[in-house]
Amino acid sequence: MKTLLKAEHITQRFGGLVAVSDVSMEVGEHQIVGIIGPNGAGKTTFFNIITGLYTPTEGRVLFNDRDITGLKPYKVTDLGLARTFQNIRLFGDMTALENTMVGMHTRTGTTVLDAIFRTKKHHEEEKQCEEKAKEYLHQTGLYEYRYWLAKSLPYGLQRRLEIARAMASRPQILLLDEPAAGMNEQETADLMGFIEELQGMGYTITLIEHDMKLVMNVCEDIYVLDHGELIAHGAPSSIQSNPRVIEAYLGKEA
Amino acid sequence: MKKKLVRAWARHERLVNLIALAVAVLYPLVFTSPYVMNIVIMGLIFSVLSISLNLITGYLGQVTLGHAAFYSIGAYVAAILATKFQWSFLATFVCAAAFSSLFGILLGLPTLRLSGNYLAIVTMAFGEITRLIELNWMSLTRGPMGIPAIPAPSLFGVELSTPRSKYYLILIVLILSIIVVHNIVNSRTGRTFLAIKGDSIAAEAMGINLFRYKLLCFSLSAMIAGVAGAFYAHYMSFIDPTSLSAGVSTRILSMTIMGGLGSIPGSIFGALTLTAVPELLRALSEAMLHWSDSLAPMARVLVESRQIVYGFILVVMVLVKSDGLLGGINLKYERQNMRMEEEAEKEAAEK
Repeated sequence: MKTLLKAEHITQRFGGLVAVSDVSMEVGEHQIVGIIGPNGAGKTTFFNIITGLYTPTEGRVLFNDRDITGLKPYKVTDLGLARTFQNIRLFGDMTALENTMVGMHTRTGTTVLDAIFRTKKHHEEEKQCEEKAKEYLHQTGLYEYRYWLAKSLPYGLQRRLEIARAMASRPQILLLDEPAAGMNEQETADLMGFIEELQGMGYTITLIEHDMKLVMNVCEDIYVLDHGELIAHGAPSSIQSNPRVIEAYLGKEA
Repeated sequence: MKKKLVRAWARHERLVNLIALAVAVLYPLVFTSPYVMNIVIMGLIFSVLSISLNLITGYLGQVTLGHAAFYSIGAYVAAILATKFQWSFLATFVCAAAFSSLFGILLGLPTLRLSGNYLAIVTMAFGEITRLIELNWMSLTRGPMGIPAIPAPSLFGVELSTPRSKYYLILIVLILSIIVVHNIVNSRTGRTFLAIKGDSIAAEAMGINLFRYKLLCFSLSAMIAGVAGAFYAHYMSFIDPTSLSAGVSTRILSMTIMGGLGSIPGSIFGALTLTAVPELLRALSEAMLHWSDSLAPMARVLVESRQIVYGFILVVMVLVKSDGLLGGINLKYERQNMRMEEEAEKEAAEK
């Protein structure tokens, strides 16, 4: 199995606070990797480092053996890492279709001059872009909502639209930040099936999640963070019985 | 009622545009009052300015308070080139556009990493600095004396000296600005602007180089404002710093906000009404003075209130409808909704 993403000894300090401390991880092609941990464990910070929102204090991030530490988020996306957000960040006043088309930004290239003079390139690319975007909406089950404003979609569909938008950038790795947050049991079950479908389509996925059922069912490899430190790593079964993990979640036995 | 009206507009957008165009073309052939013509021409200049500001404020979602700076740079570049170097009208026009655009970039380079209040303050300062330079660089701008005797616009050797021909020229400039902005907005670039307005962090995570696109938006907007300035210089044949900066930025912003953020018809509507309202107030107060001396105090209040009408409208709009009169109306979305509803009905009928 080819390693796509590799984080080596990542440490992130904010002033005196150590948010992430010496964490390493690897993601192989077509894998679904989970990052779990209690609130404030540093999971989202770790995601933000991988996607370029923060530059780590120490350590480096390798993507396809290329050092991407400290690259700007838009460059990271261009290279093939796309993410969703824990607190949904859609473009609320744009339609689902347009949101997805924005996702294709790095894979399209018409300039403002093409737009002003309505060149052939503009027309062709707009058409292609729209068709592609509709395909992504089909795959995520959002096609019939394509003309809805993102802000008017129900919560569960907004999460899906975030994934569709990320898919549109044709990433090699999809990074999902708490995709099941705020979902009810049925929605979570649907999401679980959907994530497996995504894997079937050939996507590599890394996700942060609180919902243990989802993580244990879907992920092949799990990293557990607590207080910024990596306390366990392994297959779901070994994580479930790991005393340090149980301690982190439930507290120490008296 | 409102929904029906909007839908009718969406369905017949082309027709509405054609009617508006016909009215605009026929107007000077029917009405010839030079006083009204002057107001209408100013209204069209401000329409161009309002549309250009809409690119930054309505589509990109950034607040700038110094838009008049680009307008005045365009006007001064055109005036200086025309009077000192006898450049032809077309050349000064192009040069004014290029210069304003360049200043848009120069302003943007150090400031566009800021946003919100900070950007607003910096752009305000930029507007003030531009005014002070125009006021004090005597050898270039003649300072407070202004630049007189700017030749009337001429195209291909034909001087456009009548108000009517100048009217048609600014109408063409306005139509071109509408086309340019409309084409930008409905494209990959426009979606990028809207995405940045919607959520800049998500936009960057989708691969958008925020700085580059903000800079692009600033330079395009400044370019269009510069063209408006160049026309103004050739139209008035005299410019000075006060006519170009004092309060003009606020005026443009009021027009854009009142008309509707992210709406081109809104910008034009806002510009035309807010150019007309002060004149109407003036006309009304003069009529009152003619009518009876006892109305004089009231007439004076009306004349004075012209000064505060922009501020008043801005405050009311922000409180009542913060995205402006036509801000919430997107004809494309409206048509898509209608299509969706039709499809749903068809499906229901088939069952």
